[in-house]
Amino acid sequence: MTTIVPSLIIAESFPRGILPYLLGGILVGGGAAIIYLATGIIAGASTFLESTLSYVSDVERFNRFKYIRSRGWRVVFTAGIVSGAAVYGLVLDPGIWTTDVQWWRLLGGGFLVGIGTRLGKGCTSGHGVCGVGSFSITSIVNVATFLTVAIGTAQLVEALGVSP
Amino acid sequence: MSDTDRSPLFLPVIYIGGVIFGTGLAVSGMARPEIVLDFLQFNDFGLLFVMGGAAVVTGVTFTVATRFLDRAPLTDSEYTRRVKSFDRNVVIGGAIFGVGWGISGICPGATYASIGIGNIPILWAIAGMFVGAYAQGYWRGTRASESTAATAAND
Repeated sequence: MTTIVPSLIIAESFPRGILPYLLGGILVGGGAAIIYLATGIIAGASTFLESTLSYVSDVERFNRFKYIRSRGWRVVFTAGIVSGAAVYGLVLDPGIWTTDVQWWRLLGGGFLVGIGTRLGKGCTSGHGVCGVGSFSITSIVNVATFLTVAIGTAQLVEALGVSP
Repeated sequence: MSDTDRSPLFLPVIYIGGVIFGTGLAVSGMARPEIVLDFLQFNDFGLLFVMGGAAVVTGVTFTVATRFLDRAPLTDSEYTRRVKSFDRNVVIGGAIFGVGWGISGICPGATYASIGIGNIPILWAIAGMFVGAYAQGYWRGTRASESTAATAAND
């Protein structure tokens, strides 16, 4: 009995187990680590938005040297991310998967993510993985902010009965 | 560092790093907005292990490289940590990102990975992110040129 109760709590908190999450996290960190060790580049995923906009926009802000210089490898990095996930979808867990989350949530949420990550200088990979891994106070504050606000928002969305 | 100084292995290594990164996002479930929303709504705490596991790997890597290694072989760049300056935009931007993440369950890296698992509806999110990044850059660019005209020192 004493052993059953804690294991039930763990099962409820982790309905899909822990292993895929931990393994996935180690791979995410490992991908960033390989790039860093080989090139010294600290890879974030969200600067791709601005650097790619420099291909099509005349807005001066997107055409700064740091975006022009990095836009080529950022496209390659993103193509790698898509390919890696495709390996999973084709080989490791075959089958196409599509979300049921409504289109306006994806579009509206994406719009705010686009603004917020650019204003806040990073996203879950830049701040959350590389910034926290660098023990950067700026990143830790950013992550604490977006995690807290996201939890509040998602709870509110659920309370309002928006699903999926 | 100019493009000509780069090793021919530069882009292949970036690509392979991206493949591993993207595989991790798919394996962890972060490429599925539903799993991220389950975490934010306290139904599944597994995501703590994704960010935690990844940050431990990068933390160890950054520490070892900055202390014991010389220069990155493919670019001759020095190893540095990711330390960005703090200002109120870090908090405001984080909060806006948080609202977006909480509404949709999507973040940039995970949306790219989501394409790879065949999730076509995620294109809405990618379109939203590009429009948001464009709006932010356009607005700040306009504001910057106005304030430059007013006071050159005020940035």
